[in-house]
Amino acid sequence: MNIGSLFIIAVSAIFINNFVLMKFLGICPFMGVSKKLDSALGMGGAVIFVMTIASAVTWLVQRYVLDKHGLDYLQTIVFIVVIASLVQFIEMFLQKSIPDLYKALGIFLPLITTNCAILGVTIMNITEKYSFIGAVVNGLSAGIGFTLALIMMAGIREKLDLADVPSAFKGVPITFITASLMSLAFMGFSGMKIG
Amino acid sequence: MAEKFLIKTSPHIKNNLSVAKVMWLVVVALLPAYIHTFFLFGYRTVWVSLAAVAGAVVSEALMQLLMKKKITVYDGSAFLTGLLIAFNVPPSIALWKVALGSAFAIIVAKQLFGGLGYNIFNPALAGRAFLMASYPVAMTSGWKAPAGGFLSLDPALTQGFSGPAVTKFLDSVTSATPLNALKTARAALNDPELDVPAREAVEQLFSADSIVHSFFGRIGGCLGETTALFLLAGGLFLLIMKLADWRVPAGYLGTVALLTWAFGGIDGIFTGNPLFHLFTGGLMLGAFFMATDMVTSPLTRKGKWIFAVGCGVLTFTIRMWGGYPEGVSYSILLMNIFVPLIDRYTVPVSFGEVKA
Repeated sequence: MNIGSLFIIAVSAIFINNFVLMKFLGICPFMGVSKKLDSALGMGGAVIFVMTIASAVTWLVQRYVLDKHGLDYLQTIVFIVVIASLVQFIEMFLQKSIPDLYKALGIFLPLITTNCAILGVTIMNITEKYSFIGAVVNGLSAGIGFTLALIMMAGIREKLDLADVPSAFKGVPITFITASLMSLAFMGFSGMKIG
Repeated sequence: MAEKFLIKTSPHIKNNLSVAKVMWLVVVALLPAYIHTFFLFGYRTVWVSLAAVAGAVVSEALMQLLMKKKITVYDGSAFLTGLLIAFNVPPSIALWKVALGSAFAIIVAKQLFGGLGYNIFNPALAGRAFLMASYPVAMTSGWKAPAGGFLSLDPALTQGFSGPAVTKFLDSVTSATPLNALKTARAALNDPELDVPAREAVEQLFSADSIVHSFFGRIGGCLGETTALFLLAGGLFLLIMKLADWRVPAGYLGTVALLTWAFGGIDGIFTGNPLFHLFTGGLMLGAFFMATDMVTSPLTRKGKWIFAVGCGVLTFTIRMWGGYPEGVSYSILLMNIFVPLIDRYTVPVSFGEVKA
């Protein structure tokens, strides 16, 4: 797997198939944590971190446990358990050895235990038949794409606080409408061929 | 209530510009291009623009009535949005689709966000993106040969593209707009199995003749894609009247020109034709009339440069590698998303402020 194809995986995961705006995964943290830019950055950091590590671990599990023993049908449940325990483990590890990072990630780390975007990216790594490095790059870039969407949304929502939105549409409804318009804009990347 | 005593915070400096005056002046700036499209496409122009403007104005009035707000359709902003949508659709599209696009633009992209001044996205472009997503075929194939004008390629060359070998990756072979033709030719160039005169097609598109045709609008395309000369004139009028900041079109056009010159060619670096890219597609319309929208572009000077260059880079990226032949509308929409962030991080230092 050369640099070129890794670049394609990265661009595709960040822009063309953005997890939030094109695949509609991880909508709930996208809606929940995009109110303020600071928390959006924290959440984004945690997602990048977990997606990268989860991609690596689940790829190894798939290759050396599931494939080896013909247990493919257990993929979903195994990945959920692996990701959840992995996040808990990382949390304990960080709390003990890198308290600064632990404080920076704060509540967001346990929150993403059940983030569907994480499960999505790990299963995509397998179905797209990425190599180990490819899977890690895909996880990292999917996290960056998620963070990008989250930051853009946070910027818009801070501005929307001042807008004269009709009362029926205040809060979540206008956020969903904004998300849909962002998704329309991201359609500009659809069908993009690179490399 | 506030009617009795007018209490306002600063600034107190008065300017004789009002929303209505700005909007109608922009409409005036679009008039030459509009009249030109009438000569190209005949009464079709009138019907399309009537549908678009009616859709926009009626939905604005309806929404303001429903939300019990002051009805402000006379200020021309809905009229302008409608006119811009008319400029953004192929001439032979069904009229009800145009009206629907206008209604979406006004209702969803503007009024739900609180009306004029609060919208995050340029309403006309949101309307276009909505139409592109809903009716992709109608939006990318309803081209009409302009009267006395040219489709973009010689019939002889176009024939080369209509063989069975090509149809496997083409949706339609009547590639009427120059950017479509360029995209097709570039795709054919990279596919060694195809035996079509792709190189000749690119050379013809980049030729001086083709540039002149594009500049004077004798090409196929959306209403607003066919009149580079008149849009340029209208755009300069806006700049002179100070209704648009020169930084946005300058940064936008400059970035596209530089990038297409450097990387847009087929014989390596610096063999592209920047003029071809400047005069075709919606670039003139986008750079002068849509990216400069006061509501959806950054407030600060530095922010305007960032916004404009970002639009240029995205337009170039979509034109070169994207799934669509034209990327102006999507680029501006994408940069609209970033405007709150750009504004936030480019706040100028206040007079006397010392950086900590």
